[in-house]
Amino acid sequence: MMDVHGMGPLLVLWLAVCLSGTWAVDRGNFKTCDQSAFCKRQRALKPGQSPYRALLETLELTNTKLTLQLINDNNKVRLLLELYRLQGNMTRVKINELKPLKPRFEVPDVLINDPPTEPLSLLSQDENGVVLSLGADSQRLIVSAKPFRLDIMEGREVLLSLNSRGLLAFEHLRIRKDTQVDPEGTEKKEETDAANEPAGGEEEETVKEDEKVEDGMWEETFKSHKDSKPNGPSSISLDFSLPGVENVYGIPEHADSLKLKTTDGGDPYRLFNLDVFQYEVFNPMALYGAIPVMLSHSAQRTMGIFWLNAAETWVDISSNTAGKTVFGQMLDYVQGSSETPQTDVRWISESGIIDVFIMLGPTPTDVFSQYASLTGTQAFPPLSSLAYHQCRWNYNDQEDVAAVDQGFDEHDIPYDFIWLDIEHTDGKRYFTWDPHKFPQPKDMLQGLVDKRRKMVTIVDPHIKVDSNYKIHNEIRSKGFYVKNKDGGDYEGWCWPGNSGYPDFTNPEMRAWWASMFAYDQYEGSMENMYTWNDMNEPSVFNGPEVTMHKDALHGKWENRDLHNLYGLYVQRATAEGLIERSGGVERPFVLTRAFFAGSQRYGAVWTGDNAAEWDHLKISIPMCLSLGLVGVSFCGADVGGFFKSPSTELLVRWYQTGAYQPFFRAHAHLDTPRREPWLFGPENTALIREAVRQRYALLPYWYQLFYHAHHTGQPVMRPLWVEYPQDTATFSMDDQFLLGKDLLVHPVTEEGARGVTAYLPGKGEVWFDVHTFQKHNGAQNLYIPVTMSSIPVFQRGGSIIPRKARVRRSSSCMEHDPYTLFVALSPKRFAQGELYIDDGHTFNFDKQKQFIHRRLSFANNALSSRNLAPGSQFTTPSWIEKIVILGASKPSKVTLKTPDGKESLLEFEFDASMSVLTLRKPGVNAGVDWTVVLQ
Amino acid sequence: MSCAHLLLLMSLALPMRTGAAVEIQRPRGVPLSKRQFYEENKPFTCLDGSRTIPFDRVNDDYCDCKDGSDEPGTAACPNGSFHCTNAGFRPAFIPSSRINDGICDCCDTTDEYNSGATCQNTCRELGRKERESLQIMAEITKEGFMLKQQLIHEAKRGQEDKQGKLTELQGSKKGLEEKVEALRTVKETAEDPEKEAKERHLKAWEEQKEVIRMEKDKARMAAAFLELDDDADGYVSVAELQSHLELDPDSDGSLTETETQGLLGGADKVDTSTFESVWSGIKDKYLSEGQSDPPAPVETPQEEETRDFVSDHDSDHYPEDYAGEEEDVEDDEEDDDHEEEEEEEKVPPTVPTPEKREDDEVSMPPYDAETQSLIDAAQKARDDFDEAERALREVDDQMKNLEKEIGFDFGPSAEFAYLYSQCYELSTSEYIYRLCPFNRVSQKPKFGGSETNLGVWGQWVGPEDNLYSVMKYDNGLGCWQGPNRSTTVKLTCGKETVVTSTSEPSRCEYLMEFTTPAVCQEPPSLDEVLHGHTEL
Repeated sequence: MMDVHGMGPLLVLWLAVCLSGTWAVDRGNFKTCDQSAFCKRQRALKPGQSPYRALLETLELTNTKLTLQLINDNNKVRLLLELYRLQGNMTRVKINELKPLKPRFEVPDVLINDPPTEPLSLLSQDENGVVLSLGADSQRLIVSAKPFRLDIMEGREVLLSLNSRGLLAFEHLRIRKDTQVDPEGTEKKEETDAANEPAGGEEEETVKEDEKVEDGMWEETFKSHKDSKPNGPSSISLDFSLPGVENVYGIPEHADSLKLKTTDGGDPYRLFNLDVFQYEVFNPMALYGAIPVMLSHSAQRTMGIFWLNAAETWVDISSNTAGKTVFGQMLDYVQGSSETPQTDVRWISESGIIDVFIMLGPTPTDVFSQYASLTGTQAFPPLSSLAYHQCRWNYNDQEDVAAVDQGFDEHDIPYDFIWLDIEHTDGKRYFTWDPHKFPQPKDMLQGLVDKRRKMVTIVDPHIKVDSNYKIHNEIRSKGFYVKNKDGGDYEGWCWPGNSGYPDFTNPEMRAWWASMFAYDQYEGSMENMYTWNDMNEPSVFNGPEVTMHKDALHGKWENRDLHNLYGLYVQRATAEGLIERSGGVERPFVLTRAFFAGSQRYGAVWTGDNAAEWDHLKISIPMCLSLGLVGVSFCGADVGGFFKSPSTELLVRWYQTGAYQPFFRAHAHLDTPRREPWLFGPENTALIREAVRQRYALLPYWYQLFYHAHHTGQPVMRPLWVEYPQDTATFSMDDQFLLGKDLLVHPVTEEGARGVTAYLPGKGEVWFDVHTFQKHNGAQNLYIPVTMSSIPVFQRGGSIIPRKARVRRSSSCMEHDPYTLFVALSPKRFAQGELYIDDGHTFNFDKQKQFIHRRLSFANNALSSRNLAPGSQFTTPSWIEKIVILGASKPSKVTLKTPDGKESLLEFEFDASMSVLTLRKPGVNAGVDWTVVLQ
Repeated sequence: MSCAHLLLLMSLALPMRTGAAVEIQRPRGVPLSKRQFYEENKPFTCLDGSRTIPFDRVNDDYCDCKDGSDEPGTAACPNGSFHCTNAGFRPAFIPSSRINDGICDCCDTTDEYNSGATCQNTCRELGRKERESLQIMAEITKEGFMLKQQLIHEAKRGQEDKQGKLTELQGSKKGLEEKVEALRTVKETAEDPEKEAKERHLKAWEEQKEVIRMEKDKARMAAAFLELDDDADGYVSVAELQSHLELDPDSDGSLTETETQGLLGGADKVDTSTFESVWSGIKDKYLSEGQSDPPAPVETPQEEETRDFVSDHDSDHYPEDYAGEEEDVEDDEEDDDHEEEEEEEKVPPTVPTPEKREDDEVSMPPYDAETQSLIDAAQKARDDFDEAERALREVDDQMKNLEKEIGFDFGPSAEFAYLYSQCYELSTSEYIYRLCPFNRVSQKPKFGGSETNLGVWGQWVGPEDNLYSVMKYDNGLGCWQGPNRSTTVKLTCGKETVVTSTSEPSRCEYLMEFTTPAVCQEPPSLDEVLHGHTEL
């Protein structure tokens, strides 16, 4: 393709993107590090002596921060270093040019506030550097002057070092000096201006402009797409060393293992929001979202690095133990000659500044809280959105929607949401309906209201350029579109054909967008209709790497600077719209494909266009675990796989896995045969029905986990090491996971499996099979024979999990149903759990403290319910229907004490073979104090 | 008595019987048929016999029985079911999970006794509507079934006709075969003398042509001699011949003396008689001094170009449905650019240009009268034979078509036979759908564009007990990255034969609804109607 702007190439590319006949990602469409000029330049720098030196005489220490200038001895360009000690055991390191030619981009709207600081105190200072106290735990921050480096120590141990490998590299903004002469002569003028301004502030050190111009600094071409780079090179890089660390996690989104791999000899992990057609698993290629947060973990400590930069970013990981055989490591250990294990990480971004938050843990829980204090927590979703979602590209028309809805009732399978993909619109004009297929959307929505069910319609951020389309006209007339490098409205190809892209970074644009969700604006919408934002990387079929040109302009900033933020803003504006339309009463539900740090505040994320393959089922676990570690708990993968058609076995296994993952939605590509759960024979319908029913029964626990995620930032779906941080056997496990800390799930993800081996952690702990109540000891690999109906799930001894055993056709129908409590006793005959209840859909839990939150505990042969939130008030008609105590012994009698002082005897059954005690119908209200005593 | 009368009687009977039913006390959600298992104040035994519980635990909102039988009126048991009496309409069972879920499931509202949902009793209305539609259906079924009998009758007659025709054709085929054989003999007998006479004539003509050709050559030789003999001394000398560069044996552009001598058989000059032998060696290359260009190489006539014209006509004899298949092939090729080259090769050959002949050649003289009469006789024999053979082929084709039609599965009584060779259309906003039963289904855009094959007749695919309720057409045009298009046609009873709807539930899998009297079942006897709709 030779011509960028001709129609022919556009079409060819579009065809290549959309109609590619071969299965698997077309890697040629996406850049390798070598094809990304700044990555190539930066990666060419090898570890060694850093040219940067701290100018200690410039040190200033205030109540909130320390500032210090750095100089690059090679070119005399000065940088400004800012160090902050943040509340909650975090350190923030900010590095910018001291006097940039023009301001460099600093990421807005991601931090929930200006992080509160704590004073740093100077412990000592000499000509080699300074030592600062970080307060608790004898933690110190050491700034070395020549070469510049930072070390964070605790006692005599180095926790983490910055620039210890000398890879700090800051491409300062400069005036173009190569042969390209600006015809207007403006360049000369700028040069004069720059010369008039004293560089660096100190007369004797003038900036040495001797740097050679390399290819790709001032423009770059990829597959016929030219990037004009008017600001020239601007990339940044910094290395981090983690002594004693062998495991790093996070930096989603990649279709890769939970434990990150070293990147020596391959490409770095890439963070650049892209619409990757038919992505492959197990590689570091960029996907739809980017969260530049990495967790490091060892048996001693967990820490986090949050690299707050929204430009294209690459992350290199190397390790001194990687590649060594177990035997080699043993030998090192025995001989005592070994260096300590260490992981080195290097971040490279195309523009912006260095702004790093070092979260010092020391526990996984601490790191989650620390990160939550910076970027906020998971939005608390409406309860129904935790239930099952039925989606397909596309449900063809109103009759189709009604028939599928009816199908669920006929086959007695619950569902809460039915989804409409792009074909429901009038010619891919979002906020509209196809007049033939969906002539009466409100009738359709009312039909769902009557079944206490809901709908999601898709609203993508590409807007059809069409002067008969109200949305387009308004955005154009208000000047809300992203602009191209020449100042005109940026246009690209997407589903509707030629499209504009609203500038969601503009708060006025977002406010306007939000207002479009008002019931009188979005015609045909109703209270039970929610929203799905797809293609918000953004996807541009004819753009470089199927996304927006980097020199497109969002106000004064280039897309280059904030690319990875676009999707977050789209979801944010949409979620705000849903809140506003209800007058601030109702919680929104918005699903997004693209995301960034902080996206957790706005809704759910799914792993994009996966495929009906066993590997894609397997990878859904590490993909969602990685997202959970960095704040996004509401994660799921398309059940069944989006592309291609799953075998019946794969589909059933996927339902079984998805039923135990946070966002539970089946979805399918337009070209695949229908796959509603009842289309595979009665046997498979029954298997799928059972998986979905297990989900519904467990909704009280899911809801409670999300309440916690919302309050504390703890992930809902957790890797085992989060709860068993000293158990090295768990560090790279990603075929099983925990929900909260009390349920362990090892879904069957192997074709033709006859058994799985689950690892039950915790020496001295016990686990109960939730289906058979069989007890197993912790700290063992347990082989479990499986059939097609098996979903291996275990409840931790010592926990209490509430369920609703009366599964109905939607979660709303179950609202007032009674609870069954499953009390799994620890070997010491102790158990604890919680019960959280609110109205399930409004903000009243937050604004008016309308909720019930109870502590359930079993100790000394008594089970009691106590109020955990005395300030709250809420009443529920729900009551306690049944109590199942696992690992119990047979009591002589069981007494229930209620707050009115009454005592009554409870009937019970005891299954001696399984040691299961079932208490019949306590009947007490779920919101009051009560105690059950076993005698 | 008419059907309407009976329905009226039935509805009159309803209130009486309903009243009686309601008076019988039984726990909520229990059908009348199971009332005896729920005896007040006596211990209740789960219907599966698994355990016995005090009667006050029946419908106490706690599930005690594994089979759910102790909670017929609450949502407590996951596998329970609730009986709605639905007086005025049909009684029904619903899953227990639908009791008090805020959604009105029973038309008599009995499932929502404690949910706050405001349900209206719609049984009477539903009953009325159902009776109306049953009545309509009954009428349709009745008329449809009558039409079906007619169809069966016609099909039977048609089948007999066809069988008769087939037998008839078999007879005439035999006669024709004999005739063809007889005429073949006549033809062959007539063709032998014809061939002989024509060969004789041709041979004479060839001989005559050879004479003429030799004479011409001689004249040319003489002319050449005169032309070459520049000094008119009666000899052609080396020098005289040397100016004819075209004769250069090694084509190096010069004709040396030695070479020329060689041409003259080693002599320095030759006279007319000796020139004769020289001429034979040079005449092919020799250029008269008047013409300077070498003669164009004689084109070999491309005889093959004319072949196969006849075979094309054969396709005209193919029955209609084969033509359809050819269309498909073309459709496929339109989708595939790679086939273009082949298509070019397939362009029919242009009419061959008249062969260049030496213009001085005289055409063959007409046959003499005797030969011509032999030819005429043979031609007539050939024509007669061809005609007989064509007639035989036609009969063969007719028989094949008949056998094919007779071979189709037109249903147990051939009631679907009338659909054969018919087509039915349905217009939607975008497309015109066309169903040609036992042949194919297609779709054509309303506003331009070519027709798409949605499948060719496959087979009956209804459920075992009702095989002839669903037709399957498959192997339609292929979908990108997907299967070939296919169409399922669901047949329902109707007076008219109409396509009532089409849809595409999955990509490239079409669903068509089609009414026809041929599937109308015999209407149930009046007793059955009454029995089926008044049970409470």
